[in-house]
Amino acid sequence: MKRQQTQKMAVALITAVAAIVIIPIFLVIAFIVLRGLSALSWEFLTQPPQDGMTEGGIAPALLGTVYLTLGTAIAAMPIGIGAAIYLAEYASENRLTRIIRLAIVNLAGIPSIVYGLFGLGAFVLFLNYGTSILAGSLTLGLMTLPVVISTAEEAISTVPQEFRVVSLSLGATRWQTIRHQVLPHAVPGIITGVILGLGRAAGETAPILFTVAAFYLPNLPKSIFDQTMALPYHLFVISTQVPGMPLSVQYGTALVLLLLVLSLTLIATIIRTSVRRRRQW
Amino acid sequence: MTSKENSPQRTISLPALVREKISQYSWQELVIENLIRLAGVSAILIIALIFFFLLREGSAAFLDVPLRQLFGGRWYPIEELYGFWPLIVGSFLVTVGAVVISVPLGLLTAVYLGEIAPSWQREILKPLIEVLAGIPSIVLGFLGWVVLAPLIQRLGAPTGLTAFTGSLILAYMALPTIISITEDALYAVPKEYRDGSLALGATQWQTIWRVVLPAARSGIVVAIMLGIGRAIGETMAVLMVTGNAAHVPELGLGAFFQPVRTMTATIAAEMGEVASGSLHYSVLFGIGIVLFLITFGINSLASRLVGGNGRRRRRGQL
Repeated sequence: MKRQQTQKMAVALITAVAAIVIIPIFLVIAFIVLRGLSALSWEFLTQPPQDGMTEGGIAPALLGTVYLTLGTAIAAMPIGIGAAIYLAEYASENRLTRIIRLAIVNLAGIPSIVYGLFGLGAFVLFLNYGTSILAGSLTLGLMTLPVVISTAEEAISTVPQEFRVVSLSLGATRWQTIRHQVLPHAVPGIITGVILGLGRAAGETAPILFTVAAFYLPNLPKSIFDQTMALPYHLFVISTQVPGMPLSVQYGTALVLLLLVLSLTLIATIIRTSVRRRRQW
Repeated sequence: MTSKENSPQRTISLPALVREKISQYSWQELVIENLIRLAGVSAILIIALIFFFLLREGSAAFLDVPLRQLFGGRWYPIEELYGFWPLIVGSFLVTVGAVVISVPLGLLTAVYLGEIAPSWQREILKPLIEVLAGIPSIVLGFLGWVVLAPLIQRLGAPTGLTAFTGSLILAYMALPTIISITEDALYAVPKEYRDGSLALGATQWQTIWRVVLPAARSGIVVAIMLGIGRAIGETMAVLMVTGNAAHVPELGLGAFFQPVRTMTATIAAEMGEVASGSLHYSVLFGIGIVLFLITFGINSLASRLVGGNGRRRRRGQL
């Protein structure tokens, strides 16, 4: 029964490999939570950095990331959802559609640092927005677009065909059908996609390096044409650029960033599962 | 009876209402539908714009730097020596290391999730892998910097900041991509294949190894390619843990345990210090062009291999 032994060994090996992949995920999260928890306090979240950033909190960076995330949502949603509606409702399987899909796949594959270069060349310099929240949000928005498009398209295509047929047969036009019969059912799925995309954007560093992120700013940004600190870049700065930085502050910053990003992912997942459970078709 | 009497009135009033609605909607609809069409083709426009702006800022690198120097082995921006070779080798080493680690781990984990794990485990593990995908690269880079690098140094390397350290971190970052796409590919293998194989007396492992994996191989190739694309483009984690030494390491296995510097890390590290419009600035955009072309090639090839089948199949299910 040699092959039975091989079977057992193979299953054991595969299980072991899966454990090798999965256990470090726990370890990474547990490690950051345990080490970072001690730094976490109300002051840490609400105070600006002091004493060459070795003391005080991370408020300006946290707030900057919130601004950037909102800006990303505003930049990515109209185009992303529009493109998803087009692909799900208007596009036929032709050459143009194939090229669009190819473009989306490629947008998703472009390295984030290249988005940063593009943002620098197009928004900061060419459109003359300067290093600003506007330039950073637009850059992050473009980077988020593929996630928004593909999840929103999936959500829209999941609405049963019958809904459209019935609506059209009652005399509604195509847009009325989409607006009143299709989109309302797709909204939770679309929101899930947007939040997932934002979760990724909030944690990105490379696209904001040259488009918005500031090393240290004593004041909060006043308009979308101002620079801002941002949490991911702040973590980079305090861990590699500032000598004598207390480790607890670094872990604390990493923890806040991790919690922020993971809670966005969690919210998206919760919306998705609860909607799937309630769906009646 | 009353309803019958009322009905003629209704049939007169309804079309009027509809006609009014239609005229009200028609111009709005025209605008909206055209906006949607525009959004639809936006992805193409954006890709074109990105390439255009990279060329606009970076083409000087290929025109003004002698090609022999550009592909030469010396990257000393202070002496105006811009050789891509050390950076390309750096990216190559880190990526190869990441692929060697992540492909077997990713494939087997996908097999575990798709073929072996009971469904309750799958329900827990799949979101967990999404969590891994969600951890910002800067956080993993930070851990690599404060935990992994010292650990590797203690194992006997002269420094912990090496290509290998970068590969380890990148491997974990590429894993979610490899796992989820491989899993999709395994899922697409018809159940009859497995049933047929098992009915002929093959063990589960024989079925996986001889039937399921070969049937899913094009999807697996795509998973590996996208994993490579993910690894090549990663910036911050690599910047933090690979030591940033822009020199060509001696070839051989030892190369993995030397500090290197990738293309992405070079852009991130140096762009902040250059004057816009200078040659150095253009050269950094030139690296961006190289990265763009590499990832564009990988992704186009990968989506060609999928051949739209994946999409259509998913649509067919709905």
